[in-house]
Amino acid sequence: MRHLLAVDDLGSDGIEEVLRLTASFVEVSARAIPKVPTLRGRTVVSLFYEESTRTRLSFEAAAKRLSADTMNFNVGASSVHKGESLRDTVLTIEAMGVDALIVRHASAGVPAQVARWVQASVVNAGDGWHEHPTQALLDCYTLQEQLGRLDGRRVAIVGDVKHSRVARSDIAAFTSLGADVVVVAPPTLLPPSLAGWPVEVSHDLDGVLPKVDAVVLLRMQQERQTEALVPSLREYTASYGLTRRRAALLGERAVVMHPGPMNRGVEIAAEVADLPRSVVTRQVANGVAVRMAVLFLVLAAGAGS
Amino acid sequence: MAERERRITPPYGGAFVARSRVMDAADVRRAITRIAHEVVERNAGLDDAVVIGLQTGGVPLARSLVAELTRIEGAEVPLGTLDVAFYRDDIGLRPVMPEAVTDIPAELSGRTVVLVDDVLFTGRTIRAALDAVCDYGRPRAVQLAVMVDRGHRELPIRPDFVGKNLPTRRDEAVDVHLDGVDLGDLVRARR
Repeated sequence: MRHLLAVDDLGSDGIEEVLRLTASFVEVSARAIPKVPTLRGRTVVSLFYEESTRTRLSFEAAAKRLSADTMNFNVGASSVHKGESLRDTVLTIEAMGVDALIVRHASAGVPAQVARWVQASVVNAGDGWHEHPTQALLDCYTLQEQLGRLDGRRVAIVGDVKHSRVARSDIAAFTSLGADVVVVAPPTLLPPSLAGWPVEVSHDLDGVLPKVDAVVLLRMQQERQTEALVPSLREYTASYGLTRRRAALLGERAVVMHPGPMNRGVEIAAEVADLPRSVVTRQVANGVAVRMAVLFLVLAAGAGS
Repeated sequence: MAERERRITPPYGGAFVARSRVMDAADVRRAITRIAHEVVERNAGLDDAVVIGLQTGGVPLARSLVAELTRIEGAEVPLGTLDVAFYRDDIGLRPVMPEAVTDIPAELSGRTVVLVDDVLFTGRTIRAALDAVCDYGRPRAVQLAVMVDRGHRELPIRPDFVGKNLPTRRDEAVDVHLDGVDLGDLVRARR
């Protein structure tokens, strides 16, 4: 595998390979010295055109635990503001000798475009409303860890599906591993057409919750919403927020996930985020191991073949 | 190096075809018993010993060795498994994938680690294993037990306990199982 641009690049076999490899890196991460020499001498650059805390830090931690050198590209302090084009920026960085580019951009398709320009491996760290494949992989790993397997499990994805790259990647990954996905959102926060999506749709969260093994809550992405899609956040919370009352409707072993950053009090009640069934911090911990697996696959595993 | 690993890696890959039987199941069993006695003798007992099998070929041998050690000395010896994929020196030159999750159940610092592998060949797997072991702590000593030493070392590494010294050609292959050891060839699958 040279690039990771979308979940569908992997297929179910590829996803399972990532999950198997992740288990090895979870073991590495649990050691007193959580570091292996695997990518010594390789350089990994984060090219983030959109703000991010956890994804950028998670990739950086992953690269460092593999002994790669890391460089950070900060758009705010870069020549982008002097008018440099994306292509020139990318080619300039590549000319410094880079083995992998971690790309995040507000426009869909930018990582795929960058992959056409460079020899280095490209990993999509989120492009517009399109995909966020490493988030989907870490969600799969966390679900497998918590539920044993995904095959035959039922997962609800709740909230702003329309603007969510996490939802798109999660749906592709979960269904590819055999899970049933139900999306729950007001009609205004669903894409105009769901034709071809292998999901059920519901507008009744109370009815869905007792029957699912996991709930993935999506952040209300106010920065991407250009019009008033919900009457008010309070009204959204009343109908679609995971309140304390709704969390009590979940089955005994069902888990609650959130890709972060959480808006406590909007899509998830403050106290629900701290319940034992909330596995948000497991997601973050697993995220580093999943990204180690992805960097290993694009930079080491396939070389020479 | 585990033969299975070589089987899935194209530059050296291919299916193993046995040509001659070198040890049968009883020979392997007797070799493990002898090595167990040598381990006990060398270490004047088993205090602080940890046995670590290298994935994948060394793991069943390590398990048998621990069973023998327990039978001889009546003491429990911790058994770990180690996959050295992340420490290999040929990453980037050929496809490398771990076969299993490493499991080191005991603190290694100050203890004697007995590494167990099926075949000692170039020594590069053991070099990687030494680096890996040292990431878990600072053992008092590291010893190496192998079922077959087939020669052709590329690094200054020697085994402490050997089941059988087996002269081979470099292009031959050795297949080790608890039910026997075969000498043969890797036959490349036709495309």
